Amino acid sequence: MPDERHVIETPRSAIISPGYTFETVTDKIASVVLTQKRPPVFWLACFGVGFTLLMLLLLAMVLLFAKGVGLWGIRTPVMWGFAITNFVWWIGIGHAGTLISAILLLLNQRWRNSINRFAEAMTLFAVACAGMFPILHLGRPWLAYWLFPYPNTMGVQPQFRSPLVWDVFAVSTYGTVSLLFWYVGLMPDLATLRDRAGNRFGKYIYGILSMGWRGSARHWSIYETATLLLAGLATPLVLSVHTVVSFDFTIAILPGWHSTFFPPYFVAGAIYSGFAMVLALAIPLRAVYGMQGLITARHLDNCGKVMLATGLIVAYAYIMETFTAWYSSNVYESAAIWHRMAGPYAVSYWSLLTCNIVAPQFLWFKRVRSSPVLLFISSIVVLIGMWLERYVIIVSSLAQDFLTSSWGEFHATRWDWATFIGTIGMFMFLFFLFIRLLPMISIFEVRTLLPQAKIEEEEVRG
Amino acid sequence: MSVNKPIYGVMAEFDNPTSLVTAARTAREQGYRKLDAYTPFPIEELSDALHLHKNILPFLVLCGGICGGLTGFLLQYYITVFNFPINIAGRPLNSWPAYIIITFELTILFASITSVLGLMALCGFPMPYHPTFNVSRFSSASRDRFFLCIEASDPLYDHEKVSAFLGTFEPTEVSDVAH
Repeated sequence: MPDERHVIETPRSAIISPGYTFETVTDKIASVVLTQKRPPVFWLACFGVGFTLLMLLLLAMVLLFAKGVGLWGIRTPVMWGFAITNFVWWIGIGHAGTLISAILLLLNQRWRNSINRFAEAMTLFAVACAGMFPILHLGRPWLAYWLFPYPNTMGVQPQFRSPLVWDVFAVSTYGTVSLLFWYVGLMPDLATLRDRAGNRFGKYIYGILSMGWRGSARHWSIYETATLLLAGLATPLVLSVHTVVSFDFTIAILPGWHSTFFPPYFVAGAIYSGFAMVLALAIPLRAVYGMQGLITARHLDNCGKVMLATGLIVAYAYIMETFTAWYSSNVYESAAIWHRMAGPYAVSYWSLLTCNIVAPQFLWFKRVRSSPVLLFISSIVVLIGMWLERYVIIVSSLAQDFLTSSWGEFHATRWDWATFIGTIGMFMFLFFLFIRLLPMISIFEVRTLLPQAKIEEEEVRG
Repeated sequence: MSVNKPIYGVMAEFDNPTSLVTAARTAREQGYRKLDAYTPFPIEELSDALHLHKNILPFLVLCGGICGGLTGFLLQYYITVFNFPINIAGRPLNSWPAYIIITFELTILFASITSVLGLMALCGFPMPYHPTFNVSRFSSASRDRFFLCIEASDPLYDHEKVSAFLGTFEPTEVSDVAH
């Protein structure tokens, strides 16, 4: 039988590079957190940029609180502007993390094991950035708690028939479940850090966070059940969140919004931009921290393929959008598409088509998918394209609706940009803090990928 | 080794998962019931060997989900029908299709929170102290070593016999676990 086993284990099936052991895998990943040395220049630079932009965000927020939303470029009829564009974009980015951690777990895609941790962290921070925008956009953000139903002396309640209220529940549930799932996934690794930490402070903090995890077989058995259940719950949740976000548009009657294909179109777009962000984070990280053996070419290749597949769905949606506008013979629908193609937002529209449809076609080539630099460039292009997509959908439909007399145009102010770039800073700040303080790759799940983790059943039975 | 001091059990250390599974399976076959294994990652075969497949977590999560769904629907029903009814052109107050989303979201939310709290409760977390940590080498259970502990509370427990029994599986080390 040994010959047969040799045949089955072809190099293709190796998800991580050969030569790793339980010790080296643990030390490799834990050393990024536990090292006493100065972090690499890349980390310092990214953290510094993130921190600076976070300060810009705080400045923009203070001014917004002091002066009101007129600080932004939102004017009648375009009252949604950048805030909602950024909300939809950020929350879409979060979706890839849940897809990797939940859906790929249920589908038994074991290659996900070395990218799920930072993808989940990405989800968490992206949802944090996303969640801020609708609140900042409220006008009186300090009254945000009015969004939730609670007994109050005003005698009023939220309107449960409005998709905006559905959004409150969908996004807050999504944030909570992502946090729980991430924390549960971290527990065994926090125990590893507790046992490996050099100083008392580290032992203490990681010890408290790991809750006394000791790797007991009884606990592992319950743990596996809990993880599967959470994955099963997170899967319909992640699909529902962007569906509900798309309801914000489809349930309105504006031309260009009022359409039944928005939910799948939005979900595909979310996963598309999310995988782009996963690649944009993974490619520099693996190079800087020497993780090429754990996040291998195969991971990048697979992410590239997912991007290509979801990109094609998005391309189909753009085509269908245009087709329906023409086929419906509805003057307003066709005018909306015509405005996008040739109106004031034509530049954005054609750029988004180039970024989202034309650029990803290079991913058909294995050579492109196996080059980290080209993949990184294409992921940035897709991220820009997806942002433009949300911008065009929101702004162009609002700017030119049924009545010519109520048409207007949206011009972003510098504070619109400051808030948007500020959230990118906040995301970077939180993400690089995470890289320094918690293991960026799930250590225990990578251990299960090692050949040594396999139980020699014949020996046991015999 | 003094027998006077109360001890938690005897623990054997292995450097590979296969030996641990063999030892755990044999110990279980020998009639030991109060035993636990400690590993750096989940091992399916170990759960088989220790007969650990049933737990009530899925049932708890189902209950949590049902509670969440009912909460979501009844909350909206109560508010839109009794607490804050708005009559818009005579449309029905109980517009249940509009309630589906929030009912669904709260189902997921309650079920997820239940699964995490259930995990904590069934594992006994947070647990600031456990005797196994008294074994100095136990810290490698979260790194690269595999441990099997037969506990003193087992009816078949006999210190000498258990130590000798664990010694037969060629462990790296057999040590007593102080209570």
